[in-house]
Amino acid sequence: MCSVCGCGEGQVKIENKDGHTHNHSHDHDHHHHDHDHHHHEGEHHHYGHGPAHAHAPGLSQSRMVQIETDIMAKNNEYAAANRQFFAEQGILALNLVSSPGSGKTTLLTKTIDDLKGELDLSVIEGDQQTSNDAERIRQTGVPAIQINTGKGCHLDGHMVGHALETLAPPKASVLFIENVGNLVCPASFDLGEAHKVAILSVTEGEDKPIKYPDMFYAADLMLLNKIDLLPYLNFDMEKCIEYAKRVNPKIKVLQVSATTGEGMESWYQWTKANREITLINQNPTESNRESNR
Amino acid sequence: MHEMSICEGILQVIEDQAVKQQFSTVKRVRLEIGPLAGVELEALHFSYDVVVRGSIADGSELEVISLPVNGWCMPCAKPVAVNQRYDACPECGSYQVEINGGDELRIKDMEVN
Repeated sequence: MCSVCGCGEGQVKIENKDGHTHNHSHDHDHHHHDHDHHHHEGEHHHYGHGPAHAHAPGLSQSRMVQIETDIMAKNNEYAAANRQFFAEQGILALNLVSSPGSGKTTLLTKTIDDLKGELDLSVIEGDQQTSNDAERIRQTGVPAIQINTGKGCHLDGHMVGHALETLAPPKASVLFIENVGNLVCPASFDLGEAHKVAILSVTEGEDKPIKYPDMFYAADLMLLNKIDLLPYLNFDMEKCIEYAKRVNPKIKVLQVSATTGEGMESWYQWTKANREITLINQNPTESNRESNR
Repeated sequence: MHEMSICEGILQVIEDQAVKQQFSTVKRVRLEIGPLAGVELEALHFSYDVVVRGSIADGSELEVISLPVNGWCMPCAKPVAVNQRYDACPECGSYQVEINGGDELRIKDMEVN
């Protein structure tokens, strides 16, 4: 299963299609083995590899090596592979990010109920523990895979790549990736998605976008959820949108209530429009090819 | 606490480079980090020591070079100094400040044996 990668962290569990989990710790030993090997090599073979190949025994052969490598490069490689897969299959992948309790899963089940007649849908669920959310999604009749990140606070490109192997989302479908409820770390990890969608509920503070600017900067769409509760709250909608645009002038904002369904139609239109764009990019027509020249 | 994953990323790069550039121990690693990279330096140093324990980088020193955020104020049409994505232009107060860089997170070089 892990032919292309070293499979790092030992806490990650990805479900099988039938809901059983598969622990990914098996490659850990392999890693350690590798690493002993370097040690071994080092102790015996690398003296005299310093500047000018000096062979003076016992002298330090310390040298500087230029690396200039992005630390996220590894994750970005996995994300690029996922993105390539989505492009080839014409799949629109959306990465849903928010704090815990913003109503992500409720919004998702409502979306699925309303769209599953029209579109092929599938879901990757990320949580630290339990497969409760994947089960909630499966009750809607749509395939879902749970990733448990264990101690991890975010999904990464590698976990999603493995989940895709099991989930095998159909061509021209829409894949929702529900990230771990956390407004910090998921901002830094590209999963290969077309867009990050940040969900903020009006029961949270209107200043969330400037408290957690990285996430709102990374998102293309902000869904302001639970607007049916506005009469009972002191939530300043205008201020919230202004804060979000300060951090990210290009962010789009939609006001929705997953409970009453208010505003959800706009979110569906946004999703369908982006799916069309994904399909156009997958199968460039003659006229598109002409204009690309 | 994604500083832990970042340190695991650093260790992966170190181990890949150890094979490519043929070294067996690491004495010092220099990182370049921008203030918008979302990295808490104290947590990074703490995680680094834990993650590299028992590896070829065990006991190595982690040095961080901080990079600036470069803002460009559109109304003023000139570079301005900002610290955050939502900062206003310090001169005209506009929020039309384009941020360039500041989110770097990379390994610059290493001192190795």
